[in-house]
Amino acid sequence: METLFTPWQSLGGGALIGVASVLLMATMGRIMGATGILAGLLYPAGWSDWSWRAAVLAGMASGPLAVSLLTGHMPVVQVPVSTPMLIVGGFIVGVGVTFGSGCTSGHGVCGMARLSPRSIAAVITFMITTGLTVYVVRHIIGG
Amino acid sequence: MRLVICYIIGLVFGVGISISGMANPAKVLNFFDVAGIWDPSLIFVMGGAVVVTFIGYRVVLRRPAPLLGQGFQLPTRRDLDLPLIGGSAVFGVGWGIAGFCPGGALPVLGTGRSEVFVFVAALLVGIFAVNTLRRSLAARSATV
Repeated sequence: METLFTPWQSLGGGALIGVASVLLMATMGRIMGATGILAGLLYPAGWSDWSWRAAVLAGMASGPLAVSLLTGHMPVVQVPVSTPMLIVGGFIVGVGVTFGSGCTSGHGVCGMARLSPRSIAAVITFMITTGLTVYVVRHIIGG
Repeated sequence: MRLVICYIIGLVFGVGISISGMANPAKVLNFFDVAGIWDPSLIFVMGGAVVVTFIGYRVVLRRPAPLLGQGFQLPTRRDLDLPLIGGSAVFGVGWGIAGFCPGGALPVLGTGRSEVFVFVAALLVGIFAVNTLRRSLAARSATV
């Protein structure tokens, strides 16, 4: 399934992700990491800690609707992956980000911006294994 | 007030993810398919996000404390260990299979697409499984 090269939209979207990360640090003093926010929802440490995470998640989930109100159409979501593979992939992602203490948002954006050696190592590692996995799935198994 | 601000911050993140292409697994997988139908868009997502955050953090972290919290909660560790590298490697395998990462998937919940609910449910099971395993190992080592 081919996709169009969208440098400007991607740059603009990335900049907004950055703005949100900076604002969360400025107000709550927290890293904008999807893994950390989800894990904190799953294991509540009191109402005040749980509620801000729930509010951020609710805001995130309102994003597509806001985009459709602004542009007239929902964001494009194409899933060229079967349901069993979504389940397997989702489980593996959950295991990996818990051991690795973060994912593309926490390590990839916030950690990289702080020049954290752990985050830089994490990002290099998962970029390599994601690339290898896509190669194996598409060109060795699928090819 | 605090919750309203957090909601708006989540909304900015969700809009960013939605227009960037990170919400679209086809685009994510094509970014990694350098040997096939390569779509380099996502390098612009990471570039834009990291540059804005790098500059913004420099300004924000100079302040004594965040506006609504007690203090900045930043990771302080700098060492590389097996859980970090191994976990990140495992995460990449899952990302390469599913095409969704946690930050890309959560905003997509708002589209009501069934695929993302399946992914997020499996993701939560994975997080739960590791935490349960860790707790039982910790309990066992405490009794020995």
